[in-house]
Amino acid sequence: MKGRFGNVAPQSFLVIWGLMTALPLVWVFASGFKSDAEILNHPWGLPAQLRFDNFARAWTHGHIGQYFLNSAIVLLVSLTLTMLLGSTAAYALARYTFPGNRLIYFTFVGGMMFPVFLALVPLFFVVKQSGLLNTLPGLMIVYTAYSLPFTVFFLSAFFRTLPTAVAEAAMIDGCGPFAMFFRVMLPMARPGMISVAIFNLLGQWNQYLLPVVLVTKEDKYVLAQGLAALAVNEGYRGDYSRLFAGLSLAIIPVLVVYAVFQRQVQSGLTAGQMK
Amino acid sequence: MRHGKYPLLAAFLLPALGVYATFVISPYAQAFFIAMTDWQGLTSKFNMIGFNNFRYLLKDSYLWNALWHNILLMLLLPVLTIALGLFLASMLNVGNGKGRVRGVRGSAFYKVIFFAPQVLSVAIIGVLWKEIYNPRSGLLNGGLRAIGLDGLAKTWLGDPDYAFWAVLAVMVWANAGFYVVLFGAAMQSIPRDIYEAAALDGTSRWTTLWRITLPLVWDSVQVAWVYLAILALDGFALVQVMTRGGPNFSTDVVGQRMYDVAFGEFKFGQGSAIGVIMFFLTLSITVVALRLTRRERIEFS
Repeated sequence: MKGRFGNVAPQSFLVIWGLMTALPLVWVFASGFKSDAEILNHPWGLPAQLRFDNFARAWTHGHIGQYFLNSAIVLLVSLTLTMLLGSTAAYALARYTFPGNRLIYFTFVGGMMFPVFLALVPLFFVVKQSGLLNTLPGLMIVYTAYSLPFTVFFLSAFFRTLPTAVAEAAMIDGCGPFAMFFRVMLPMARPGMISVAIFNLLGQWNQYLLPVVLVTKEDKYVLAQGLAALAVNEGYRGDYSRLFAGLSLAIIPVLVVYAVFQRQVQSGLTAGQMK
Repeated sequence: MRHGKYPLLAAFLLPALGVYATFVISPYAQAFFIAMTDWQGLTSKFNMIGFNNFRYLLKDSYLWNALWHNILLMLLLPVLTIALGLFLASMLNVGNGKGRVRGVRGSAFYKVIFFAPQVLSVAIIGVLWKEIYNPRSGLLNGGLRAIGLDGLAKTWLGDPDYAFWAVLAVMVWANAGFYVVLFGAAMQSIPRDIYEAAALDGTSRWTTLWRITLPLVWDSVQVAWVYLAILALDGFALVQVMTRGGPNFSTDVVGQRMYDVAFGEFKFGQGSAIGVIMFFLTLSITVVALRLTRRERIEFS
C-alpha cells in the first residue's frame, strides 16, 4: 500500500514534464486547423471546424511543399554520400597500415574540435567559386564534408573491433580487397553504420547556419529555413493559420518516423554523445 | 604479394580527403589569414592589418555583450538541464526509495515523449516557441489569462528584461529529454542491490539521489556538462529565428554577432576574427573539460 502511494509523487512530476513537452506540439496541430480569428483571439480554444485548406495553402502558397522536397533531396544525397565516403575512409584507416595513416586519421578527427563559425567566411567563397552557391548540390557536399570527422572517428573505431578471423577466411577463399569491404566488412559493421547514419541524419536535418549562409534564394530553401521565413512574413500578412499548418507539416512526419524507430534513434543519438 | 593494397587505399581515401580538404580544411586555414585583413568581400582588394581586427574587437561593446550572454548560457544551461535530467531520470528509473526499485509504470512511454524535441530541427523549435511566446495569440499568455493571471502576461521576446530568459527556457526544454534518456541508461547499469540496501537503511529519496545515484552516474554528468557548454557557445539557430539578437541586443550571442558582421555588414575580415575567437573559446572549454574529467571511476565488483 505504501509503495503504491509513494509512486504518486514521481508520477506527477513526470506527467507535468510530459505535458510541457507534448502540449506545445498538440497546440500547433490544433491551431493548424483554426481560422486566423480563432488563432488570434482564442489561443487555447479548439478549432470550430477542421479547416484542411490551411494545410493545402501552406503546402502550395506557403511553399512548404517545395521546402520539404528540397530538404528531402538534400538529406537523401548528403546522407548517402556521408556514409559512403565516411565508411570507406574509416575502413582504410582502421584496417590498413601505411605511411601517413595516423596523420590522415587525426586530420579527420581533429575537425570535431573546430566550430563551423570559424570556417564560415572562407567556406562561403569556396562554395561561391565552385558555382555551388544557392544550389542544393552545394548544401549536399558541404553537409557531407562537415559530417566526415565524426563519421570517420566512430566507424574506424567500429571497424577496428571487427574480428580478423572472418576477413582471413574470406581472403583464403580468394576474396579481393574491394569485395572484402562491401561483401564481408560492411555487413558486419551494420549496427555501427545504423547508429552513425541516424546521428548524421538528425545532425544534417538540424542544420540552420549552413543553409542560411549558403542558400539565399527562396526556391532553394530547406524546410527549417523556409518555416523561419514564413514566420517572419506571417506577421505582415496576418496569415497565421498557414504558418501553423506549415509548422504541423514540418513536425508531424518527423515525429511519426521517430515514433516508429524511437529505440534506434535514442541509441544512435546517445552513442554520438559519447565521442 | 601485398601490392593490392594501394589501389584500395586510393579509391577509399582520396574521395573523402578531397571533399574534406576543399570544404573543411582549406576554409579553416584561410579563416586565420582572412582574420588578419580588412577585406570587405565586394572586391578582391584587401590590406593585411595584422591584429587590428582583434584590437578593435577587444574594445567592441557589442561583442562583449554577446559574449556575456554566451557565458551566462554556459553557466546556466548545463546546471538547469542536468538537474532536470537527473531528477526526471531518477523518477523514471530508481523507484520510490521504499524498497521498490523498479522504475515507475509507463517509463518507456515517458521517455518517448521527453525525447521528442530532440528530433525536431532547432530552427523549427525556434519558430514553434516564437509563436508560444506571441504576446497576443501565444499559448503562454493565453494560458496565463485563462487562469486569471493577466498581470503575468508579457511580451516575452519583445522585452529586453525577459527575452534572454525566454530563450534560455527553450534551450532547456529542447535538451532536457535527451539527458533523461542518457542518465536513465547510466542509472540502469547501477546494481539494484545498492538501492535495496539503501532502502533497508531507510534512506530518503533525496539522499538516495544525492549520495548514491549521482556519484554512480558522474561520468555521464561530466559528458553532459561538456556537451551542453559547447552548445551554449553556439545558440545561433534559436536566437536567429526567435529574436535575431534583439530586442536591443538583449539576446545577442557571439554566433549571431559573427553572422551579422560578416554577412550583414560584409566585414569579412572582422567576421573571421570573431570566428577565430570562437575557435579559441571552444578549444579552451575542451582543454578544461579534459583536465577536469579525470576522476577515478567507481567499479562495480
